[in-house]
Amino acid sequence: AAGLCAYRVLLLRCGGALRTLRGCVRGLAAGPETHFGFQTVTEEERRDKIYQVFESVAKKYDVMNDSMSLGIHRVWKDILMHKMNPSPGTMLLDVAGGTGDIAFRFINYVRSVRERQLQRKLKHHQNLSWQEIAESYREDKLRSHGDSQVVVCDINREMLKVGKQKAQHLGYSEGLSWVLGNAEELPFDDDKFDVYTIAFGIRNVTRIDLALQEAYRVLKPGGRFLCLEFSHVSNPLLSRLYDLYSFQVIPVLGEVIAGDWKSYQYLVESIRRFPPQEELKAMIEDAGFLKVDYQNLNWGIVAIHSGFKL
Amino acid sequence: EEEEEGWCYQLYPGHIPTSPLQKALLAAGSALMALRDPYRHDMVAVLGETTGCLALPNLRDKMKHHPEGYRILQERPCIRLSTLDMTKLRGLPDGALGREYVRFLEDNKVSPDTRMPPKFVDDEELAYVIQRYREVHDLMHTLLGMPTNMLGEVVVKWFEAVQTGLPMCVLGAVFGPVRLSTRKLQVLATELVPWAIRSGRNASCVLNVYYEQRWEQPVESLREEIGIFPPP
Repeated sequence: AAGLCAYRVLLLRCGGALRTLRGCVRGLAAGPETHFGFQTVTEEERRDKIYQVFESVAKKYDVMNDSMSLGIHRVWKDILMHKMNPSPGTMLLDVAGGTGDIAFRFINYVRSVRERQLQRKLKHHQNLSWQEIAESYREDKLRSHGDSQVVVCDINREMLKVGKQKAQHLGYSEGLSWVLGNAEELPFDDDKFDVYTIAFGIRNVTRIDLALQEAYRVLKPGGRFLCLEFSHVSNPLLSRLYDLYSFQVIPVLGEVIAGDWKSYQYLVESIRRFPPQEELKAMIEDAGFLKVDYQNLNWGIVAIHSGFKL
Repeated sequence: EEEEEGWCYQLYPGHIPTSPLQKALLAAGSALMALRDPYRHDMVAVLGETTGCLALPNLRDKMKHHPEGYRILQERPCIRLSTLDMTKLRGLPDGALGREYVRFLEDNKVSPDTRMPPKFVDDEELAYVIQRYREVHDLMHTLLGMPTNMLGEVVVKWFEAVQTGLPMCVLGAVFGPVRLSTRKLQVLATELVPWAIRSGRNASCVLNVYYEQRWEQPVESLREEIGIFPPP
């Protein structure tokens, strides 16, 4: 473990030396500086590089998620859905929703809630008079998912393509739409959605503050912001094991399964660069959200942040 | 200390520095993946790179101590469509190395440009050696007269295993036949493999031949010079 720590420190130190050199050379070149994993790049370069990463991983995205997290990412997403607890009729915007994991879960959830509602209604109808039953027919026929709608918005065409194919394959069509868009500048009107989610996407946004402001804008008053993202592990022993797994195993999995080491190296580096729980909470509060809180999953490997537009 | 520096800096374009643990995991993973899906050429390449730490320096030294091999190491020729004059090669008489090589490429619909560049070799010269080995592989097919189907590939792997000692070649030679029919296995075991091994043992190091300067030489004469027995 010591050798490995030295390896990473060395990597960072060398990275630092290279950064200064690059900084001198770049000097007055285009745009403010930001990070791409452990590299320093301009904002425009970062957006391009991230686009290329997801273009490259799109087809193997789901397989890789299962391999890297040993399937646990499914549990994390289920927990997010249960926390959201959407009722039928909810309008959801899933940003960076690419391959549709959150959207499909949402549809399943509201469908089952709707089914339970209908069953209860049916049971209640057993005790109605003939007159009351006839009257009930005049009520609007509600769809199976109860007017719930989910819009999946993603900046990357390849990811959306994969998502649409999945939807077709799994039989999801009603109440689902796919929009190409940038989280920093959403193509939607103000006050449109009941819930805004961004699962494992905000880490890849270059200007998180803008994305949060946009989230606030498009949510209806009373709407909820939910963010599921990799975060920081405070327990030192666990943190070491997590680092070991992240840096030693994950890029190898990327190479072996997807033939793409670099994208998965970027993934683990970007996780380390992302603000920790409290810092993200502050950023969400800065965007205007109230009652902001977070819930750690798996000791902070992942965290769900929640806030309300009140 | 030198090893740590190796991890840190990119030694050549495309180089990905890796720790010993990563190399071990890559070797295991690529071996399993290559077995599962033999068309994952990139996995075969990764396996070669991560397990070649003994064989590659050996090969490099063989090249260094041979006049033609030494020149190759100095001049670093690359076999690419951009560096080959295909029309000239096609114009050569039948039986000439260049003519047969082009025929091989066209018959099997392959191109020298689809070779994976090295990524996980932590020495720039050794990275060239493995790249040269990959580029020369097609010429091996030509010299041995073997097509690019599973059977032909396995035979070439046996030859290369004996010649280079690369664990990837050995593994490919041993596990490749798993997917062959019994009839093919018989031919393999009784005729092809013994011939490949004998030729491999008898022949001088195939990486010590400056192929780019021998396009006009007839294949048979080159075979004799290197020491490859005529194919059955």
